[in-house]
Amino acid sequence: MAKTRSPSARDAVTRPDAELMRGMFETMWLIRRFEERAAEEYMRGRIGGFLHLAIGEEAAVVGAITALRPTDPITSTYREHGQALARGSDPRAVMAELFGRRDGLCGGLGGSMHLMDKERHFYGGYGIVGGSIPLAVGLAFAIAYREEDSVALAMFGDGAVNQGVLAEVMNMAELWRLPVVFFVLNNQYGMGTAVERASAETDLFKRADAFDMPARQVDGMDVMAVHAAVTEAARLAREERQPSMIEAIAYRYRGHSMSDPDTTREGSEKERWQARDPLVTFERVLLGEGVVTREEADAVRAAAERAVEEAAGFAEESPEVPPEELARHLYADPWSDDPRGGAAMPPRKDGS
Amino acid sequence: MSTAKAAPRKAAPAGPKPVSYREALTQAMREEMERDAQVFVMGEDVGQYEGAFKVTRGLLREFGDRRVVDTPISEAGFVGIGIGAAMAGLRPVLELMTVNFSILALDQIVNNAAKLRYMFGGQVACPIVIRMPGGAGHQLAAQHSHSLEAWYSHVPGLKVIVPATPYDAKGLLKTAIRDDDPVVFLESEGLYAKKGPVGGPDDLVPLGRAAVRRRGGDCTVVALSRMVWVALSAADALAEDGIETEVIDPRTLRPLDLETLAASVRRTGRAVIVEEGWPESGVAANLAARLYEACFDWLDAPIARVSAADVPMPYAKNLEQAALPSPAQVAGEVRRLVGRGGG
Repeated sequence: MAKTRSPSARDAVTRPDAELMRGMFETMWLIRRFEERAAEEYMRGRIGGFLHLAIGEEAAVVGAITALRPTDPITSTYREHGQALARGSDPRAVMAELFGRRDGLCGGLGGSMHLMDKERHFYGGYGIVGGSIPLAVGLAFAIAYREEDSVALAMFGDGAVNQGVLAEVMNMAELWRLPVVFFVLNNQYGMGTAVERASAETDLFKRADAFDMPARQVDGMDVMAVHAAVTEAARLAREERQPSMIEAIAYRYRGHSMSDPDTTREGSEKERWQARDPLVTFERVLLGEGVVTREEADAVRAAAERAVEEAAGFAEESPEVPPEELARHLYADPWSDDPRGGAAMPPRKDGS
Repeated sequence: MSTAKAAPRKAAPAGPKPVSYREALTQAMREEMERDAQVFVMGEDVGQYEGAFKVTRGLLREFGDRRVVDTPISEAGFVGIGIGAAMAGLRPVLELMTVNFSILALDQIVNNAAKLRYMFGGQVACPIVIRMPGGAGHQLAAQHSHSLEAWYSHVPGLKVIVPATPYDAKGLLKTAIRDDDPVVFLESEGLYAKKGPVGGPDDLVPLGRAAVRRRGGDCTVVALSRMVWVALSAADALAEDGIETEVIDPRTLRPLDLETLAASVRRTGRAVIVEEGWPESGVAANLAARLYEACFDWLDAPIARVSAADVPMPYAKNLEQAALPSPAQVAGEVRRLVGRGGG
């Protein structure tokens, strides 16, 4: 842990209760099944563009988000279906967004990389690596400005750690003591480039040392460990206005996106990680502690499958986005219905 | 400003004393901060130092460091923080020390500010104002002399304002701060000391309304920002030879008041467009295209453009002056068009 201060002292008291643990298990399975179904729909040609799947990262996503209050704002990357689902977004609306349909979370204008659910304080998925992190710090700035007690969570990957803007905003977050948690989901690869080929210091959480910011590394395949770490980080931010950084070590089972043939990784590496699959290991914990029975665990999987089936059906039935939506959300008050003339004012009626 | 040949001092109506373009901007920020507690100012050296161009003078003293925030030299970072704060409903007024440094924040402005409302299906607004002093003329050479109006007005989702007078600087900045969309507010360093009348706390200047700075029937000159004054100076010289120039200041590039520009060109049959930026894919090129589309059948001569030379800005004073549009150049283009038949 180098000279990094650890926010882990209170982990012991933050253990979630049985109900929350069951909820986490359900959400992890919902994400797993949702992503598998999204891959199928992509292969069928019903989903376009890029599709980045979070299979293997469910514990990191769910552990982090369930450690927050539902009103704490979150930003994420383009691999963010799970974040939306963990925040409680309707899987049907998420799938419809992937299909590019009217009933999608963003009316079909965002797609897989730009899910957003403001009602649930999920401030979106973004396509530029590292580009969304300043927004989370800005959300934290607004919290501090209004003297509220929320906490902003910036979720990003190991690739974003080498973007300069992260250093800029970590510095300001610590300088101004903003209530933000920097959550690095280290899935080991920035697209096809392994962390050790991209980062001179592979313990990414140590970046926080430069800003005198507490940080720690956590097993991102262990949902309870992630939950405990983020719970403490959120407490620090909320009660002490102390930002911190958490690095969760996880692994994505699929390639970078559906169009990635995934040829740079060894098959044995994947098998090693899949041997400690976060859903399987968590189920073992839940069974061992009597939180769920084997039948209940099966029922959770069945429910996830039903929800995803329903989501795909809903998305398929949802109408196409009406053509008049093309320029509707460009400005608060659109001037022109003609996208070619988007910059020009419509003819004035008062003749002035 | 509405009468021909008027020097700015004479143009001021009776009433409040003329103030500088710089002070007009300060007044706008002060009034809007008093009016709305969600408005705050952030940027490099805007607080204790009172701004590189002293535009934020007195604001820290009046509003304190919660609402007047000095940032480290981290343009991408603090612009992104401002955008995030705007998503949460605050109304940040950011100062980028100059437009040249805005290039470091371009990803945040183009990929985030301009896109949020649209790509999230209208769920979120981004009511941010990003002020950027720019332009050349002070021998600041290649990296400190940009005019990037063309870059920003290229981007759907942004609003782009180019005020030329103290009145507009104040009225348009107030409108920008109250606007629910991201606004790039391009100030001209060469105009900060320019004095003129300004409006009161409730005098807003609407976006998308061009101003006719001088009436004339022989040729329309469309000019942006500091170039309005270059065009007016040319118009004075032309008037001595009996050539009456109509000078139009678009004031905002997004939205663009094409109607006022086109109406003038239909009347005069000729147009010269003056900008301080580069000629290739520039604002003048775009306005010329828009005017050809709108007025082709009324034109008596091809539209002319006067832009900066297509080079990085040189340091040497004589070369810098040669690179920038001058009144003589504008007058020369007008004479060329007027001499070419038609009315």
